[in-house]
Amino acid sequence: MIYRAPPPSALLVEPLDAFTAVFHRPSGITHLLVPPAPQILAVLTEGLTREALMQRLAAEYDLADADPVALAARLEELVDAGLIRAE
Amino acid sequence: MRHRFDVRIGPAGFRVGSDWRAPVEQLAALYSDYPKPENGVPDFTVRLTAPRPWRRWLRPSVAIAGDYMLPEAAPLPLRHGLLAAEMAMNLQMALGWRRHLLLHASAVEKDGRALVMSGESGAGKSTLAALLATRGWRLMGDEFALVHPRTGDVHAFPRLVSLKNESVAAMAAEVGEARWGPLLAGTPKGDIRHLVPGPAAIAAMDTPARPMLLVFPRFGFAPAVRTVPPSEAFVRLTQASTNYTALAEDGFKALHRLVAEVPSVAIDYPDGAAALALIDELVP
Amino acid sequence: MSRRDAELLTRVLREPDVAGMLGADEWTTLLTVARAEQLIGTLACRLDGLPVPHAVSAILTDARANAEEGRRQALWEAEMARRALAPLGLPVVLLKGTAFVAAGLAAGQGRAIGDCDILVPREHIDAVEAALLAAGWEWVKPDPYDDDYYRRWMHELPPLIHRERDRMIDVHHTILPLTARIAPDAAALIEGSVVLETGLRVLSPHDMIVHAAAHLLADGDLAGGLRNLWDIHCLLGEFGVEGLCERAQHHGLWPAVWRAARLANDLFGTTIPDGWRVRDSADPLYRRRLLARDGWGRQTRPLTRLGFYVRSHWLRMPPAMLARHLWIKWRGSPAASGRRG
Repeated sequence: MIYRAPPPSALLVEPLDAFTAVFHRPSGITHLLVPPAPQILAVLTEGLTREALMQRLAAEYDLADADPVALAARLEELVDAGLIRAE
Repeated sequence: MRHRFDVRIGPAGFRVGSDWRAPVEQLAALYSDYPKPENGVPDFTVRLTAPRPWRRWLRPSVAIAGDYMLPEAAPLPLRHGLLAAEMAMNLQMALGWRRHLLLHASAVEKDGRALVMSGESGAGKSTLAALLATRGWRLMGDEFALVHPRTGDVHAFPRLVSLKNESVAAMAAEVGEARWGPLLAGTPKGDIRHLVPGPAAIAAMDTPARPMLLVFPRFGFAPAVRTVPPSEAFVRLTQASTNYTALAEDGFKALHRLVAEVPSVAIDYPDGAAALALIDELVP
Repeated sequence: MSRRDAELLTRVLREPDVAGMLGADEWTTLLTVARAEQLIGTLACRLDGLPVPHAVSAILTDARANAEEGRRQALWEAEMARRALAPLGLPVVLLKGTAFVAAGLAAGQGRAIGDCDILVPREHIDAVEAALLAAGWEWVKPDPYDDDYYRRWMHELPPLIHRERDRMIDVHHTILPLTARIAPDAAALIEGSVVLETGLRVLSPHDMIVHAAAHLLADGDLAGGLRNLWDIHCLLGEFGVEGLCERAQHHGLWPAVWRAARLANDLFGTTIPDGWRVRDSADPLYRRRLLARDGWGRQTRPLTRLGFYVRSHWLRMPPAMLARHLWIKWRGSPAASGRRG
């Protein structure tokens, strides 16, 4: 399963204090995201498998508890929200 | 329609049609100093109609209709026709206006800078705005604050101020009788009287202001002030806006800019005097 | 207000230049009628670039922006339906406004779009239903009688709404109710459909016209008819009529298509073959119904409208069923009627 986020041009991203506000252009929907969701979106501009994603997140963002179950849950939420696609 | 009244309030022009003369006469009297819609073409049409033909005369009741309508809205008795007209015009703005980001908020201006007070019905935003207007602030509006999507300026929508129950008595002491509409007793929202904004507010209705402070008031508590972080202000204002979604990118950018550039506070207050005191301390 | 208020709209849509001569009250009438007929976005596109008073320009700009937003949301709903149904490997055919914008057609310009409408093969409708429910859609109405009736006789599933996005999707398996007197060839509609870049499909040009005519004339009571008729005007203009008669006959919908073409020609000046322009005694009644709107946005001509409302129920189901349906609706559901005693 490859996960893919839209290209940066499809999003308006504004980090605020408690969350990152993301405007998703294709849908017109505003999402309020907390880590690791914004980081996942940034990394997945290139399509990746879940394992590859976990490695990239650990390397680039120093995200400590790299729990695959939790990551799978976050990915599913993002897929349901329409922000990423699972192919 | 038998009776008609046109008016411009801030940037929005309305055409109000009515099956009865009374509501139109009342509107015309209270809005007598207001301009007419630009080019004679209103932005919205509102209709005050009898829900069934015989209800024009038999226990006459007013159903609200217009360009934008809510299917389940209950009619009001004819004696509350002025309230029906107000609700109808608010509905057009809430569902149809898109030239500015609309916030459920009152706004007042001093020295070109605006205080924007956001809250649901009962939070006291109308009363606070009316009070501040008697203390040297210019009333911009008591129900909607309009935020320009490009400039970020606050624009005025100075409709008749809708005051309820105790607020009516409180303001009656401050303002002469000439500027009041009739008492509408026993409406679904309680006893209501409309207050006509002062001449300065009407004359300056097309003058925008820079937002300087976002206030989230809460009536009926001991005085307190709390800084509201931008993320909280963002969420509260999306909930307080009827057209945030319709404005899409422009709405997102305008709201983000507002909460990022303008400080927000939540204030608790037990009465008008306490609120005025808190606001005096907050405003440089 | 004049009886001819709705004609101001058809006239300006047909010939946008005449708008240059309108006074303030006529503009007010025109814009109010257009809004009421859900044609203000279309009007705004037709008037784009023409000199108009400043207040009017602001209103039309808003209308174009609203139509753009509607387009974005409609295409997104279609995309989310596509994602939910892709694993089933079925043809999913977009219908109506969503189809027009997805295919970039003239009929889509400025179009007000409501729900997402899709057509799927009837034999797989259970799988489609399950996939949508799993992806976050849920039923709108809980009434068991309505649901039962819907499933047995209508041409679509009961309405579904997405729990997060709060938008509705209508899943059709044919284009007219099964109780209607006409039975279009649903399999042929799907077979003839055209695939878009996204993998979603739209009906073939002729089938689009047949569906639009069925929707306008054979399905409902013509409320909102001017917008549907404008769709037909655009489709006929874009695709022409070659082969249309034969295809319409195949679906048993030639009378509807023919009448729609005559009405479009009459009201919008659509080009149709001379041989199609006959006098039909019922056309004036349809015309009257389509134009039943005054300058305040009110529906007028109540007797004509009632006639068409009764007709629309008659078209959807045979008289015995109609009587039973209305009787049950009046008496309330079986569970409630006991309490009324």
